[in-house]
Amino acid sequence: MTNLVEVKDLEVHFPIKRGVLFDRVVGHVKAVDGVDLTIVKGKTYGLVGESGCGKSTLGRALLQLTPPTGGEVVFDGVPLTSLPPKQLRAMRRRMQMIFQDPMSSLDPRMNVESILTEGLRAHGVGGNRTERRAVIAKTLDAVGLPRWALSRYPHEFSGGQRQRIGIARALVLGPELIVADEPVSALDVSIQAQVVNLLDELQDQLGLTYLVIAHDLAVVRHISDTVGVMYLGALVEEAAADDIYATPLHPYTRALMSAVPVPDPDVEDRRERILLAGDLPSPANPPSGCRFHTRCPWAQPTRCRDERPALRVIGTATHRVACHWAEDIEAGRLRPHSVEASLVTPPEMAGAKEAQGALESALENPGGPVI
Amino acid sequence: MPLLDVRDLSVTFARRGQRTVRAVDGVSFGVHAGEVVGLVGESGCGKSVTSLAIMGLLPKQRGVTIDGVADFDGTDLLKTDARAMRDIRGRDVAMIFQDPLSSLNPVVPIGVQVTEVLTRHRGMRGEAATKEATALLDRVGIPDPARRLKEYPHQLSGGMRQRALIAMAVACKPRLLIADEPTTALDVTIQAQILELLKELVRDSGTALIMITHDLGVVAGMCDTVNVLYAGRVIENARRKPLFYEPRHPYTTGLLRSVPRLDAGRGTPLNPIRGSVRDVLPWPDGCAFAPRCDRRVDACVGEPPALVVGYDGHGYRCVNPTPQGAQP
Amino acid sequence: MSTKIDKIDRLSELSAAKDDERGVSLWTEAFRRLRRNPAAITGAVILLLFVIVAILGPILAPFTPTDPSGIREGVVKSGQGIIPGPTGDHWLGYDHQGRDFFSRMLVGARQTLLVGVISTLIGLTIGALIGGVAGAAAGLGGRVGRWIDVVLMRIVDMLLALPSLLLAVSIAALLGASLTTVMIAVGMVSVPVFARLLRGSMLAQAGGDYVLAATSLGVKRNTIALTHILPNSLAPVIVQATLTLATAIIEAAALSFLGLGNPDSAIPEWGVMLADAQPYLGIRPGLAIWPAAAIIVTALGFTLLGEALREALDPKLRK
Repeated sequence: MTNLVEVKDLEVHFPIKRGVLFDRVVGHVKAVDGVDLTIVKGKTYGLVGESGCGKSTLGRALLQLTPPTGGEVVFDGVPLTSLPPKQLRAMRRRMQMIFQDPMSSLDPRMNVESILTEGLRAHGVGGNRTERRAVIAKTLDAVGLPRWALSRYPHEFSGGQRQRIGIARALVLGPELIVADEPVSALDVSIQAQVVNLLDELQDQLGLTYLVIAHDLAVVRHISDTVGVMYLGALVEEAAADDIYATPLHPYTRALMSAVPVPDPDVEDRRERILLAGDLPSPANPPSGCRFHTRCPWAQPTRCRDERPALRVIGTATHRVACHWAEDIEAGRLRPHSVEASLVTPPEMAGAKEAQGALESALENPGGPVI
Repeated sequence: MPLLDVRDLSVTFARRGQRTVRAVDGVSFGVHAGEVVGLVGESGCGKSVTSLAIMGLLPKQRGVTIDGVADFDGTDLLKTDARAMRDIRGRDVAMIFQDPLSSLNPVVPIGVQVTEVLTRHRGMRGEAATKEATALLDRVGIPDPARRLKEYPHQLSGGMRQRALIAMAVACKPRLLIADEPTTALDVTIQAQILELLKELVRDSGTALIMITHDLGVVAGMCDTVNVLYAGRVIENARRKPLFYEPRHPYTTGLLRSVPRLDAGRGTPLNPIRGSVRDVLPWPDGCAFAPRCDRRVDACVGEPPALVVGYDGHGYRCVNPTPQGAQP
Repeated sequence: MSTKIDKIDRLSELSAAKDDERGVSLWTEAFRRLRRNPAAITGAVILLLFVIVAILGPILAPFTPTDPSGIREGVVKSGQGIIPGPTGDHWLGYDHQGRDFFSRMLVGARQTLLVGVISTLIGLTIGALIGGVAGAAAGLGGRVGRWIDVVLMRIVDMLLALPSLLLAVSIAALLGASLTTVMIAVGMVSVPVFARLLRGSMLAQAGGDYVLAATSLGVKRNTIALTHILPNSLAPVIVQATLTLATAIIEAAALSFLGLGNPDSAIPEWGVMLADAQPYLGIRPGLAIWPAAAIIVTALGFTLLGEALREALDPKLRK
């Protein structure tokens, strides 16, 4: 087992700026705040979390599409974070991305052939026109698109087919790593399975390594070998996919698992939900200590409030949890208590509108991409 | 006698220079007081158009034709004129939409929007209205309601906005509530909160709820009866458990087989339905699902399959249904 | 598989896509939509007539437009307020200098079209250049790019802050009154509009997923700006150009009316003709009404076409 990607203490902090002509930094949105993870070659790492937890930013920072403000990303022994732009651009051949919305991630004015040749041209690979066509034809077959698709434009396809085009674009350069950001969440239920199966098949055929980012736990559990759960910019738990479902140790993971509706009436009738109180706190002003303590039904008066828990191995060697009390909760020595929903105040109530706007734009459009 | 009885509802959109679209094609279902009825389907199946037609919210313009009956306690909602409909909406029938931000007026404080409903339908004013609004926000689980009343929609989180919208919808204790994908825009933990809230409202006040969703998990946890829609028609309708444990229409079966489940592990490939939602056969030519169906036979073509209703009220439109007892 | 089941696939849209059929690009689709829009057709017909007149005007004109035959023949005595109206020979009568008014209207179309097109082109070129650079820099250029953008946009803002008429008058004062002056002045007024529009449109596109996708493919920044961002940002600019053409004609007429246009009023231009008609409004209102009507109808043609284009290019209306 070799590690293809190693992420060490990665941080992405977006400045919240104010001012008309001269920007003044009034704070930071800590979208990703110290994440360590490794992705094993040929395996799938699934990253789950709710919106605003920083999972998408982590994926983009890993590919250096959003510049990290701290930490390190090592890809196959090469530290990406300190690579000069030109070499980084050359490295991009080996790592690709699949996007959530297949429509907005495809240039509406390009036909499929141009979309697929773009990467080949950018890296000067694939030789002449006929050779390029052969590569593209092979890729089309791999993702299950017909040949006539080449002369078509994205708007002429259905959602599932568009996502196949997006996957084909990522595959054409023969990458080793694919970061898939919510690859199926924009698709109809009956189509999701087609794309999930396709991703599985491609991994088997081509030996790809995946980082799959999604909010749908069922999808992530289905395709991942290892699952990491993120909350407010940090990993709270990481384990083998079966493990994390069978024995979730972090209170947040438990709550998340119990919240997912299962299409089975008996399961739904029997299950006990752990209802979390309130909303996700603002990543511009995260709670002290354990980020989750404001909503945690197991929060204790000591440690949780003032000591940030680190990921530590509990149980099997691959199971890491960031909770001070994980063992006690698992053994039933601690009982859940009710939590008063606290107000989630947008950063700075005075002038909240701009700050919120700045926060949202920082989250939506994290800086310019680096190339 | 159901509270709302929808019979043969059809909605067609005719646009110049384009194909006439029959978005809803003879949909019938009933909702009893205190019952949760699910309308389930994928994009373009007509579930949202159905609810908009019942609410009288479809644009009254040339090219939009609505046929059928929506009998709400003796009044046909489809024949009611716009003025009377405005009185019914909000007071007797209320709706919750998918996107709470665009359903709230961004420049008016939450409090004003809630009291507006109270003033309009319950004639409450001043102190009394504010007090009731505070109580409503409290009831839907918004912390510190008195302060939230003065805030604008953008100052609330997505979950809180949806709660505010629910507060407005239940302000007049409506007898029927229509929720159109109420949790699709929300995270799972917030979704769980909102679904719990809706269940509570139905349990406590006996409100009938029409739940429109694409999420079979939500249906399994919420609905008493379920209508599965495909290409504008109800292709299967049943009580909750028979639908999940003994689905008869191949589309329902296919949907249930294709969703990844949290309680099933890696390694089992999913069973997708082939083709896409666009690949439909026009109903007059046969079964709309036939092009994607694994069980299709010759009889699927020619005329639309008739509704077969079993002794327990389990109905489906299929000439070659999934055999009973087959594991979904 | 039985023939009946084959029929299912044939009837459904599964097989609707023929292998030999080529894809339809967005531009082609927009054009198809445009053709179905009656407003677009009306606008196009008006403009076509206008262009034909502009090209063939001198040939079609029954008289020499600069020949003061009315004065020579003693029919026109504008000093005494005698300007004859339409007759069998002179369909629209004479102007105040005894020239055939119909011929002048026909020949004037060319100048008017020229003023409209050239001044719009001036505005479009300069505006798109500034806006394009600013947009690309702000969208992709990082910290330095943002500074370039700020500087360029502040310059544009200054231009925008000047009242357009004042700007035009000062340019005219600088360069002297001539048709060129009018074109430059009218063009400069529309520069900020085009610059802001293109920049805004490019910024919106630069945040799009497909730009990120191209970046992650390893495409160079300049290539992304030129092949992705720019083509996708052009639609509103093109629409604006057609709308600007309409206002440019009216603005040019206004400047001519103020006497900033071509001092040699022998060469007919609708705006100048309108200006010249001023003292004779009481005697022969036709001298003002005809050029005014012509300007309005032409502007209407451009506006109709522009609005229809806006609808046709709107991605939200795509099926």
